[in-house]
Amino acid sequence: MKVKKKHTREIAGIIILFLFVILLENISGVIPGMPAILQPTSPLFTVLKKAAVYSLVAVSMNLLNGFTGLFSLGQAGFMLLGAYTYAILTVPTDQKAQVYYLFGGCAFDFSLPDLFQGIFGNTGVGSAVSLILATLIALILAGCVAGFFAYLIGIPVLRLKSDYLAIATLGFAEILRAIFQWQKLGPVTNGANMIKGFPTFSSFNITDTTGNTILRLSTFVPFFITTVCIILIVCLINSSYGRAFKSIRDDEIAAEAMGIGLFKHKMLSFVISSFFAGVGGAMFAMYVANAQAKAFTSVMTYEILLIVVIGGIGSVSGSVLATFLYVACSEWWLRFLDSEMYLGSFKVPLLRNGFRMVVFSIVIMVIVLFFSEGIMGDNELNLAGLHRRFQRKHSAAKKERE
Amino acid sequence: MEYVISVLLSGISVGGQYALIAIGYTLVYGILRLINFAHGDVFMVAGLLGIYMTATLPISVSLPLVIIITVFLGFAIERVAYKPLREAPRMSVMISAIGVSYLLQNTATYVTGGQPMTYPVIPFLSDTVNVAGTQTKWVVILTPILVLVLVIALTQLINRTKVGMAMRAVSKDFETSRLMGIKINSVISATFIIGSALAAVGSILFFTNYPAITPMAGSMPGLKAFVAAVFGGIGSIPGAVIGAFIIGICETIIKGLPSSWDVSVFSDAFTFALLIVILVFKPQGLFGEAATDKV
Amino acid sequence: MDNKIALHLENVTMQFGGVVSVNNLSLDVPENKIIALIGPNGAGKTTAFNCITGVYRPTNGLITFMGEPVVRSHPTGKDAKNYKGENADKYAKESILSPTPDQITKLGIARTFQNIRLWKSMTVFDNVLVAKHMRAKQNVFSAVFRGNLHEEKRMREETMELLKEQGLDSVKDELATSLPYGLQRRLEIARALATDPKLLLLDEPAAGMNPQETLELADFVKEIRDKYKLTVFLIEHHMDLVMNISDYIYVIDFGSEIARGVPEEVQSNQKVIEAYLGVA
Repeated sequence: MKVKKKHTREIAGIIILFLFVILLENISGVIPGMPAILQPTSPLFTVLKKAAVYSLVAVSMNLLNGFTGLFSLGQAGFMLLGAYTYAILTVPTDQKAQVYYLFGGCAFDFSLPDLFQGIFGNTGVGSAVSLILATLIALILAGCVAGFFAYLIGIPVLRLKSDYLAIATLGFAEILRAIFQWQKLGPVTNGANMIKGFPTFSSFNITDTTGNTILRLSTFVPFFITTVCIILIVCLINSSYGRAFKSIRDDEIAAEAMGIGLFKHKMLSFVISSFFAGVGGAMFAMYVANAQAKAFTSVMTYEILLIVVIGGIGSVSGSVLATFLYVACSEWWLRFLDSEMYLGSFKVPLLRNGFRMVVFSIVIMVIVLFFSEGIMGDNELNLAGLHRRFQRKHSAAKKERE
Repeated sequence: MEYVISVLLSGISVGGQYALIAIGYTLVYGILRLINFAHGDVFMVAGLLGIYMTATLPISVSLPLVIIITVFLGFAIERVAYKPLREAPRMSVMISAIGVSYLLQNTATYVTGGQPMTYPVIPFLSDTVNVAGTQTKWVVILTPILVLVLVIALTQLINRTKVGMAMRAVSKDFETSRLMGIKINSVISATFIIGSALAAVGSILFFTNYPAITPMAGSMPGLKAFVAAVFGGIGSIPGAVIGAFIIGICETIIKGLPSSWDVSVFSDAFTFALLIVILVFKPQGLFGEAATDKV
Repeated sequence: MDNKIALHLENVTMQFGGVVSVNNLSLDVPENKIIALIGPNGAGKTTAFNCITGVYRPTNGLITFMGEPVVRSHPTGKDAKNYKGENADKYAKESILSPTPDQITKLGIARTFQNIRLWKSMTVFDNVLVAKHMRAKQNVFSAVFRGNLHEEKRMREETMELLKEQGLDSVKDELATSLPYGLQRRLEIARALATDPKLLLLDEPAAGMNPQETLELADFVKEIRDKYKLTVFLIEHHMDLVMNISDYIYVIDFGSEIARGVPEEVQSNQKVIEAYLGVA
């Protein structure tokens, strides 16, 4: 009974979060004269969308690096697979000629949104249903493709020791990037050019017949998808399999001696992590409204790895928290470091393009060296727990006073 | 024929440049079991230093200075970013290395403004020479020779001197060497100093041959050099050198294939495919020793 | 020795490069008995255990469990050329059987480690619970979507029961590595028991224990043998313990057997005394 109660509280929390996000992005439309920060063009929403996407990838990486102890650096590669799968499946047929003009059109004219619009119609509710179904299926397939490739690459590389695994997965991501840029595959991947024209987060904004936006959902959608995925990952981590993963992380030899098949469980973790990285990659494509191989470099993987480290290796809530902080800092709060600034007639030294990233990397080094636990260590953010801890401290303080 | 010679020449030259970086990787990995992700960026920084130094100082002063500063940089990175994590899990040290790499790249972007920088013309090295009817730069001829000389010197150092003996001992067994009174930290510093010096020499040779340096210019040669080190058997200097030559030659061959095939995009990917194949079939590399775990 | 043979080793040899760690070792462990493998440091006892549990593939030899061949090997590749042991041809015609440790555990052989290997970030309870994972009827999907609640509940109840029996229930929420040494050893045994073994391999269970704890351990081992109908095969240095609880003892030195017999026989064996006292 107790368990059920706890869950209702969590579900309520998530619903409140969703409603809050919807409110946040619509308030400027409902009440005129809101400050600039709440306008749809505000960096706030860029940050929220990007952070929602990145937190899924960070959590998926944490599942592998933090919970299973496999040091893999292939995340960008699996994101690339997801992004391309999503993009190729959802570019509408009538856009293909334009997107693939360098290659005389796409090799196959199949498109999920068109398929569903054929069934449900392309107006009103019908078009909404087909958009949702097409996106959903494309996202799942994006994950499946990433997971399938993870399985293939996992067969050789998961037998390797930790640091070799890192370099092999990193190399695998680089190989993928080269393949997707290969001009010979142009009719499918559009070569080194970007694929665009597919449904993005903004496609989910509800408009009336004249094209005016009635209800914005472009921030809510990534929040929703990420939340669902993270809940699934958390369920996995808290299950018998999650415990088996942790035992592998703590001591492989003991885990194997207790009947936990190393290869099978490492593979499971690798495939599942890559599945969600694939979904994350598809969402990344939705966020930037294009898919292009050159975006998914090893730098992207490093960035996500550093987020995981900042949040605390082995903490899901830490990863999420760190993602929002990281994205907010890099996209918004520290932007001022990149432009020259005058205080009166005094020119603040050092500020110019690129300084933000320098400061940023120094902060990261400080965290890595002096706060290696990250924000959360391997603990989880838990409101009830915080409350309890506070109360305990409070009562302890009280006792002391008495 | 001329074409073959020119491809082969530049392959050997590229291989030689990778070899100089690969030695740094293989030495550090042999001792600390750490993939020093920042090593490629140290190489890039050495390249940038070369540009800034030669702009103000005569070549005869600036090039030695570049090597000295790079050595200091490698030494400092080890002391600041790796030494405090000696007792930490290996993953943490590797993350620290990635952090250093990130820092060096971002700092380079900041300093250069993200613009590709042109490497100065170094007299003699940049001069052209005619080999069997092929026009090429002196650096292409000189690189493999220089690499050979340096490698022989280095193997002598490792096999004949006290520091070298200490390095071998530490790479065999870290803990026992410490108990035997070897000053672990000095040995590790020596390793980083040698590695960085070679990377600096490598950068002079490499960038003389390349049009420009970008902040990302170090990461790819760095990774390839690491692959070379793995290929040759990590910890083995001759292995790293041979691995580097093979990778350099293969890469130039791929780049030289007819452009209608459009496979030059795979010149980097090939290296990694090679890596995966080696790791699967011969994880100890060509000259490495297989290690067993203690239960 | 009229019991059925649980574990049987035949000509097992383990060679690392040029070093023969275990040489032509043959022995029997009958069901429901406590059998000890003793020998001076470096005699190859733990290596023998590692061969049985699948950590190493022996260079040569056959291991059967409950009458079924489990591990079978003959020298291959480089080892074939450098092989210094005996009986290399005996198994050469037969296929190599080299299961991974988890497969061995699944057959019903569980072990503890000489240098305790508990999962350090987990609680005492979780350490035992994870060992139940192997035999749980579930798959990833049922686990993620909570279709295995029944199974999960059963695992937790059984874990709790086991902890109570081992007297570890009062510390079940502590981190495993925060326990005192003796309890950590006990927890390792509890964890091994959680895999439902038929044969329990104990690698120096009394290492680091004081005489009082060692005495308790002796009773404890007998107790679990009777309670769970186990066969116990142990490596030990404490002679008191070995002589006290073993039904039969094998003595090895430099990888080869030098004596076997019931405790009294072994105790008076001249070779054994020499091996232990270091007389040439």
